[in-house]
Amino acid sequence: MSTITSGISQAIHLIVTLNPDVMQIAALSLYVSLIATILAACMSIPLGAFIHFHDFAGKRVLIVLIQTLYSVPTVVVGLVIYLLISRSGPLGFFGLLWTPEGMILGQTVLIVPITTGLVISALGSIDKNISDTLVSLGATGFQKVVQIIKEARYAILSTVVLAFGRAISEVGVAMMIGGNILGQTRVLTTTIALQTGLGDFGFSIALGIILLVISLIVVVIMNLITAGLSFDSQWVLGGPRS
Amino acid sequence: MVKKLHLGLIATFVLLLLLSVVFAGCTSAPATVNNTVPATTPAVTQAAPLKLVIATTTSLYDTGLLNYLQPKFEALYNVKLAITSQGTGKAIELAKNGDADVLLVHSPSQELTFMQGGYGLNRRSFASNSFIIVGPKADPAGVANMTPENAFTTILLKGTNNTANIYFVSRGDGSGTHTAEQNIWKKAGFNYTKDVEKSGLWYIEAGKGMGETLQMASDKGAYTLSDEGTYLAYKSNLTVVPLITKGASLLNIYSVMAVYNTKQPVEKIQMANNFINWLISAQTQADIGAYGVDKYGKSLFIPMSVSVPNATAGYVGDHSTPATDLVPPPSVNATAIATTAAPVANATAAK
Repeated sequence: MSTITSGISQAIHLIVTLNPDVMQIAALSLYVSLIATILAACMSIPLGAFIHFHDFAGKRVLIVLIQTLYSVPTVVVGLVIYLLISRSGPLGFFGLLWTPEGMILGQTVLIVPITTGLVISALGSIDKNISDTLVSLGATGFQKVVQIIKEARYAILSTVVLAFGRAISEVGVAMMIGGNILGQTRVLTTTIALQTGLGDFGFSIALGIILLVISLIVVVIMNLITAGLSFDSQWVLGGPRS
Repeated sequence: MVKKLHLGLIATFVLLLLLSVVFAGCTSAPATVNNTVPATTPAVTQAAPLKLVIATTTSLYDTGLLNYLQPKFEALYNVKLAITSQGTGKAIELAKNGDADVLLVHSPSQELTFMQGGYGLNRRSFASNSFIIVGPKADPAGVANMTPENAFTTILLKGTNNTANIYFVSRGDGSGTHTAEQNIWKKAGFNYTKDVEKSGLWYIEAGKGMGETLQMASDKGAYTLSDEGTYLAYKSNLTVVPLITKGASLLNIYSVMAVYNTKQPVEKIQMANNFINWLISAQTQADIGAYGVDKYGKSLFIPMSVSVPNATAGYVGDHSTPATDLVPPPSVNATAIATTAAPVANATAAK
């Protein structure tokens, strides 16, 4: 128990004094996971929309496969990406191993199934009447798709937030691809793993708290953007207005 | 509606601003390094520093030795060390795949196989210390001051007998320490996979690093084998105490080698050789010997310049000849020269 309280006070101290090492580690965590989330969202929203709005053979099977990949272990993604970008692997010439860019690649691969699958669900949950109304009002196919995506934006936001959460909290990819190199690829989770191994529990708790603070800031900003920061959306933190 | 749109734009702008701050945060560190390098060492060219990946055993990293040595080496050459701390087994596997430029490990038998395979150059031993057997202060198995082999035998007999409170925590991760433990079981006359592993609840395979394994042993009141450096570095968090510190099979030798394969750029091999030569130089040897004395009252690592231990032939590598080889010597079987299509299946077996 005293470890937790000392961890909390240590976290406050590290944040208030802007400890340069911790700030660099936190910035790298945010950079890697945010870029991975943005990349995944840029791929998944069109991809999910394509799958949702088209009927083709094997669609159910494809969706089941995507949903199965929600539970792929992070170390397995790390291992597969490692084998691909290892100097002796097929993509070795890019030199991505032990770099933040390699970690972004790994985390993107990790969360694309989640964002794609949940975008499909989000679009599926929009009332069929809206689609019919749009068509009856003379919307083109493209206008209809854009409008339905807009309608589903809160659900899509939750998807993106969930994906960001999985990215910033994972250790497997960061450890396998990044290698926990001080000043280069050390992120919050790998530092926590290292410091816990060193028996520095208070510091680990402090870093865990910092990770949550970063998530809080990112989630609030994402919510504000989705809500268009309108003055009448006072419920942004509590979810969509009914 | 117009107002909403504006505010949405502002919010997007704020996010972009935040992102740029993050980018700046990520790039500012190398930028300052670039600014200061010409000022302090004008002879160094402006070229971006060479990145040298060092795959190392956890014990060298967790004790802080490499963090202590890193800036000293980086001040001498236009190089940026990227030190990734893995168990010996995984570090060797990474090196075989060409994913590291320098290997720093402590498992002589595995190193000799690695060298024989043509994966490495210029193996040099640079330090040693002792493995120790630690256990609960009360010593329920009564093994204090036995030989390592007798102690292991006693623990195994009492453990398989289901004597209360007898546990042994093994690294169980293919690391150098795990290999050393297996060697002691072998010398004590046991078949590791048949007689020791899965022989009962007393034998716990942690699958973790040395620090975590020591902590587990402390929590469980168990015996374990540790390198002395890590034990001393973590001592304040532990309840286990050293019970056996002497014995031929407890010798722990640290060696360094440059990674070789047909795709390895020659400038990286040269820089790896610089690193090796620097590590065995008189000044660095003295620095290694002094490391930890102020904090722990004794050296964590004994440099080869102070004492060269007696061990099985070949286990202690050369420790004085400068590293110059750029390709493996002809004595290595030419067909065994590492190609970059090395087997990779076991890359994570050690983790």
